[in-house]
Amino acid sequence: MDHQHDLVIVGGGLAGLRAAIEATARGMDCAVVSLVHPIRSHSGAAQGGVNASLRNQPDSQEDSIDLHAFDTVKGSDYLGDQDAIDLLVQAAPTRVFEMENWGTPFSRNENGTIAQRNLGGAQYARACYAADKTGHYLLQTMYERAVADGLRVYYDYFVEELIVDDNTCRGIVAYNMRGGTIEAFGARAVLLATGGAGRAYGRSTSAIINTGGGMVLAYRAGVPLRDMEFVQFHPTTLYGTNILMSEGCRGEGGYLVNSEGERFMANYAPSFMELAPRDVVARSIQTEIDQGRGIDGQSYVHLDLRHLGEAKIAERLPGIRDLCIHFAASDPVVDPIQVQPGQHYSMGGIDVTPECQTSIAGLFAAGECACVSVHGANRLGGNSLLETLVFGKIAGDTACDYLASTKSAPADDALRSSAEKALERRIAGLINHDAKETVGDLRAKVTAIMDDYVQVYRTEEGLTQAVAALRDLRERCASVKVRSTSMLFNVDLVRTLELFSIVEVALAGALGALARQESRGAHARKDFPKRDDANWMKHTLAHFKEEGPRLDYRPVTLGRFEPQERKY
Amino acid sequence: MPEAKLRINRYDPAIDGPLSGGRRTGRYDEFTIPYEKSLTVLEALFAVQEGFDETPSFRYCCRSSICGSCAMYINGHYRLACQTNARTIEGTITIEPLPHMPLVKDLVCDMDAFFAKYELIKPWLIRNSKAPEKEIHQSPAWRSKLDMPIDCILCGCCYSSCPSVWYDEDYLGPAALLKTYRFEVDSRDEARRERLPYFDNERGTYRCHTITNCVEACPKELNPTEGIQWLKRAAVRRRLLGRWK
Repeated sequence: MDHQHDLVIVGGGLAGLRAAIEATARGMDCAVVSLVHPIRSHSGAAQGGVNASLRNQPDSQEDSIDLHAFDTVKGSDYLGDQDAIDLLVQAAPTRVFEMENWGTPFSRNENGTIAQRNLGGAQYARACYAADKTGHYLLQTMYERAVADGLRVYYDYFVEELIVDDNTCRGIVAYNMRGGTIEAFGARAVLLATGGAGRAYGRSTSAIINTGGGMVLAYRAGVPLRDMEFVQFHPTTLYGTNILMSEGCRGEGGYLVNSEGERFMANYAPSFMELAPRDVVARSIQTEIDQGRGIDGQSYVHLDLRHLGEAKIAERLPGIRDLCIHFAASDPVVDPIQVQPGQHYSMGGIDVTPECQTSIAGLFAAGECACVSVHGANRLGGNSLLETLVFGKIAGDTACDYLASTKSAPADDALRSSAEKALERRIAGLINHDAKETVGDLRAKVTAIMDDYVQVYRTEEGLTQAVAALRDLRERCASVKVRSTSMLFNVDLVRTLELFSIVEVALAGALGALARQESRGAHARKDFPKRDDANWMKHTLAHFKEEGPRLDYRPVTLGRFEPQERKY
Repeated sequence: MPEAKLRINRYDPAIDGPLSGGRRTGRYDEFTIPYEKSLTVLEALFAVQEGFDETPSFRYCCRSSICGSCAMYINGHYRLACQTNARTIEGTITIEPLPHMPLVKDLVCDMDAFFAKYELIKPWLIRNSKAPEKEIHQSPAWRSKLDMPIDCILCGCCYSSCPSVWYDEDYLGPAALLKTYRFEVDSRDEARRERLPYFDNERGTYRCHTITNCVEACPKELNPTEGIQWLKRAAVRRRLLGRWK
């Protein structure tokens, strides 16, 4: 196959598309290669809002970019790199106005300005929202811009390999599902924007395709994965399906209630209540459940919106209402919503500089798959959509600067051809119709371990068991086979290749969690319940090795906010 | 333990040969899937693929009805498979790909023509005036006109259900026209005449004969017919009165 572009972007969600728009504006020939059509990306499932200090609400006049920075640093439990956080919050108003100018249908205040709501851990209302489907509307708008630019998109393509030669990335190799072929793309730069790794967990808000594949592409090529033990458990996911119930529900005034009818957040975060940061609320809910105050003794509590009234719910939370009706057979206007913590976001990911550069020349990463780190040990609501806009643009710029300055060549015919043949041989070796161990069984075992032992609360015993079990499963994965033999749209093949990534990110996370003997942000150790700045004010780096990850550490980039005790 | 009986339409060019246009094989495979409390059609398809027959091909992504990947024809209705629960269906669940769409394999349709038509009508905000320093102001009243069309997830149900699409392959179809409406009715859009040549003609709004299959088919309960009628009136307003909105 003869695909060649200056810049190939793997993943067509908000970050990938924003980078593509930037690169196109700077005259680069770029293409997006994605497993699903860009409009299907999981960016579209985001609900609550995108943060920017705009001061559009009557009582947010005292908000500032500096306060946004402080809230983010404190929210990160001081693990976020403050130089990167400054980039995030300073660019926020410009990026949000840009998305609005491009057509995003934000909800509006009476005076016509973008409406902003409160999300967790924020001192002022700075989450710019579009009803409760902000991600869907942003993604549509971003894709529309890309269409206006004539962006070349290859979809139904599963990217399985990077072409790296002389520590320089020169392309990718992908499985074209509709063509049934293996195709190599030559590129002078590659940007990974493949999203998170939520499907290492069974109880997750993630799309089924969020398996950390892009993270593992970089990982196997020698780029470390950073902070993989920091996993965000969203406090309010719908019991049964773990579909996201937006933080906006609490932002609009919803209550969290236990079996005794009590608004229990008063005991955990008396000042911020339901709008404490997500790790605090998730732990609070988990504690209530563990101590027997879940509803009917079950593993969920109530998110009560009834007092908001039908009119407000219909105006501000119509998507949530539809989700409850369709997926829980209940209407939040008359019934409280059954919610429990569920995996939601990967704070960890591909180790990059604040300019989105990895340790391999010509390889970049942005969005949820990357760890810059702007979220540190815990992410604030509204900062992930912001991250995609800000670092999508930065990654596009950085890639273009690199392209303008480098003489490196894309993979030539010979290199592409040999890479294609290597992947074809590998896949042929994987296909065995009579294999006994099924991918589904192995995946269920991996996700069960993560759900049970690498959860909201962790213990040494649980994590030790998890690491041992995951090491064993990782070995068993090496002999798993694909039973479906047709190369045309082979879902079995894709799900098998995804399983290999799932087990890698799971092990890197579990190992990092076992090693980190403190509690910080979303990583809560029952045996080490306090934050330990003296020993642990550092990022974890997991390096891929055949025998399992090797960990080392790098200090956090501090700044003007000195670490303090974190209370809400 | 309750059980769901599935009947899945199959197609593999290696087995059935090429199929042109919207033809189907008439070949079905049957499975019985036990479940505990709840089983969506999408979950049932995964249960088949993991436990019974590894070969079916289908599209999926979010499983929460926002991405639009899993639009299918289930017991004669247009549905998102992730949003369709076995509890709500009596008897055998017959799962077919979106009718009249060219088929790739099993339940996977070729959506290229659908997306091409959407991309044709300039589905982006068109601005001619100087960019403001902040947001373009929009009143809540004007914003509420967007409520319906912006919820489209481009799943293809409406397009697949439209008889005018079936007989005229040039017709833009309900989804592309709903997107046209979305921009034309946006107070911030300054397209004026720019989109008119794409929709104000026989391959655009005039091919809509208000059959309203699209209204019935839409899993998000949107109303493409209403949007298309607005476009027809808007085109007349422009031609006769020079008014743009």
